[in-house]
Amino acid sequence: MKALSQKRRHPLAVIALLLMGLLITGGLYAVATTVNQAKASTTSFSANDTAEGEKLFAANCATCHGMGASGSQDGPSLVGVGAAAVDFQVGTGRMPMQMNGPQAYKKPAQFNDDQTHQLSAYVASLGAGPAIPEEHLLDEQGDAAKGGELFRVNCAMCHNAAAAGGALTRGKFAPALADVSGKHIYEAMVSGPQNMPVFNDANVTPEGKRDIVTFLKQIEANGSPGGADLGALGPVAEGLFVWVAGLGVIIAFTIWLTSRTS
Amino acid sequence: MSAASRAEAPAFVAKTKAGRITDFVDARVGGSGMLREFGRKVFPDHWSFMFGEVALYSFVILLLSGTFLTFFFDPSMAETRYDGSYLPLKNVEMSVAYSSSLDISFDVRGGLFMRQVHHWAALLFVASIGVHMLRVFFTGAFRKPREMNWVVGSVLLILAMAAGFTGYSLPDDLLSGNGLRIIDGVIKAIPVVGTYISFFLFGGEFPGTAVIGRLYMLHILLVPALILLMIVLHLFMVVVHKHTQYPGPGRNDGNVVGYPLGPVYAAKAGGFFFIVFGVIALMAAFFTINPIWNYGPYDPSPVSAGTQPDWYIGFVDGALRLMPGVIGDFHFEYVIFGYTLTLNVLLPALVPAGILFTVMFMYPWIESWITKDTREHHVLDRPRNAPTRTAIGVAGFVWYCVMWAAAGSDLIATHFHVSLNDVTYWLRALFFIGPVIAFVVAKRVALALQRKDREIALHGRETGRIVRLPHGEFIEVHAPLDEYKRYKLVGFESPSPLPAVPNDHGIVTRKEKQRAFLSKWFFEDRVAPATPAELEAGHGHHAPAVEAGEESKSLSH
Repeated sequence: MKALSQKRRHPLAVIALLLMGLLITGGLYAVATTVNQAKASTTSFSANDTAEGEKLFAANCATCHGMGASGSQDGPSLVGVGAAAVDFQVGTGRMPMQMNGPQAYKKPAQFNDDQTHQLSAYVASLGAGPAIPEEHLLDEQGDAAKGGELFRVNCAMCHNAAAAGGALTRGKFAPALADVSGKHIYEAMVSGPQNMPVFNDANVTPEGKRDIVTFLKQIEANGSPGGADLGALGPVAEGLFVWVAGLGVIIAFTIWLTSRTS
Repeated sequence: MSAASRAEAPAFVAKTKAGRITDFVDARVGGSGMLREFGRKVFPDHWSFMFGEVALYSFVILLLSGTFLTFFFDPSMAETRYDGSYLPLKNVEMSVAYSSSLDISFDVRGGLFMRQVHHWAALLFVASIGVHMLRVFFTGAFRKPREMNWVVGSVLLILAMAAGFTGYSLPDDLLSGNGLRIIDGVIKAIPVVGTYISFFLFGGEFPGTAVIGRLYMLHILLVPALILLMIVLHLFMVVVHKHTQYPGPGRNDGNVVGYPLGPVYAAKAGGFFFIVFGVIALMAAFFTINPIWNYGPYDPSPVSAGTQPDWYIGFVDGALRLMPGVIGDFHFEYVIFGYTLTLNVLLPALVPAGILFTVMFMYPWIESWITKDTREHHVLDRPRNAPTRTAIGVAGFVWYCVMWAAAGSDLIATHFHVSLNDVTYWLRALFFIGPVIAFVVAKRVALALQRKDREIALHGRETGRIVRLPHGEFIEVHAPLDEYKRYKLVGFESPSPLPAVPNDHGIVTRKEKQRAFLSKWFFEDRVAPATPAELEAGHGHHAPAVEAGEESKSLSH
């Protein structure tokens, strides 16, 4: 102890302390972020998948994302985005992108399931990232009510409480979630595609994500108990309907009532 | 009167039992006199006269369906856990108000239908009031002696909006809670007293535990009672004033041409109630409205995308959305003596609505001041025959619609794949220039229609028949109008501007000069109706061509 107290005024002590502090925070941060990250598992990908994926990537994606997915002026680097991101973007047809714009639109998928799997394998091999969710998380057997609460707190401000979608700034938007598969919803949460933030496993646990998927699938299956839902868009659609259809029919009746047979 | 006449008095004895009962009642309350009086009231027939009725019937339906809902609704903000049939909300913590609204929707027999009837009827109620007021405005039916009734009607519009808003908040779902929070923000933006009013209203900090119960009392007691009172006043004045009528041959300010109330009109009106009821019932049966189960219980933290008020509050919400927070370096928030003055909330929330309602209330007096018209009017104007008034109305309507559209700016952006920011910029521009464009266009259209009327009155209707004259000229044959149709085209007033006149002291006051200026603005662009002399000349000019012919067609040009 005596040595320490003697050396504490050494000119290099400050630097040593600084280094120590940086190392500890950096180390902790690195551990913390990887702990919260949905675990990457490349176990289900074979070496052949990865090799085939690389070929597909070079032919279809490298123009923008660069050789080795290292990114270019036109597209971001895909190192570390994980298999989930690829499966979502390619599986929903958003990638390859039709044109540059505020946001990629959903369109018919350009690759079949095997090719999507191979592309995922290749990108996952480049660096650890969120993996494609396992089957038991997508069984839609979670707690819908809890999922609904999580959805309202985390998702409704962009996607609308009834998951009907909503506008973001400058042409960006949060899409409606009906007809989106549970797997893609889950992958969107872990990978944060387009303008969506990432909801990692510390933010919303895998069980919570399972609950959210369960909730969304349940309200989709329930349909609309009160009749045609008018797009589930709320008071604007209702107002438009009463002005156009409601008053329109009433006006037709008033004209009929006051017409004379002359 | 002596004993002899007293003995003769019970001369009439009804033959049937029903007749005797009727006679008994009539002798005591004098119903037949009232029936005779009301039954003979004449109502002119026109489809545009029926929107007031639609509003009245919607209100009756609101009372009926609302009463049903009160049997099952519990306006308590106590916390509970949902235990009803809707699984996605099972065991979720919520207020009793929301839970009982869900029970009405899913566990009360016919409850969801009645809720939807109530809500659709509410939307139709305010919409029909709006259309009714537009009809009254554009036809000039607010003129003397109906100015007071115009004011009562405007009060009814505000009360209807109040009824709608207090009802919208009752289910305590996320959507209505978000709406209430916006209102809370607007109240708090009022300088000095705002925070106090907010705390009194909510019984403490928002949302508190009192507001639903308070809104409920306003919604089911005070506001409907006031609406009922105003409806009585409104209808009483309609009876006193008689109904207005569109111009036509044989119609003038001294008569009303139409059907008597009984029996034809009473039957039509009675039947119309059931038609309105039927339309609302069909909408309620087939189209969902306010699916509160989608929105979840209110909780101050989540705010859903696509949060809008019902359509009639939309224009205020739209104005709020259009207001920029800062313009460049200029900001709208000031701290004065420790009080924050938030103009970027206060201005859009109160100013447009304030202007709209002030002009609406005062318009009958503004116009009669400008025109110096103090005569009674029972014959309506066709909108084209009062071009400046029509233009003012269209400008106001467009202004309202711009704000209205802004309330759905996010849906415009997502559904037409345009940028939300661009939608806002365009609507901001239209907020200022939209009414101006609308004024100019509407006035020009009205004047053009008047010119067309004049042309037709003078030269007759184009028949599309082309005739070649012996010397080679082609002409189109014009058919003259019959007198009834021509009356419609020429039987209106077209006042010219009234110059400023000195008062009793021989002084032209500044106010009078302003009035004269406005009068010029109001009437300087005018198309005078064709005079009898002009009509004579118009026909006389072409007369030789028709006099000899076997058909009474006049040729022109």
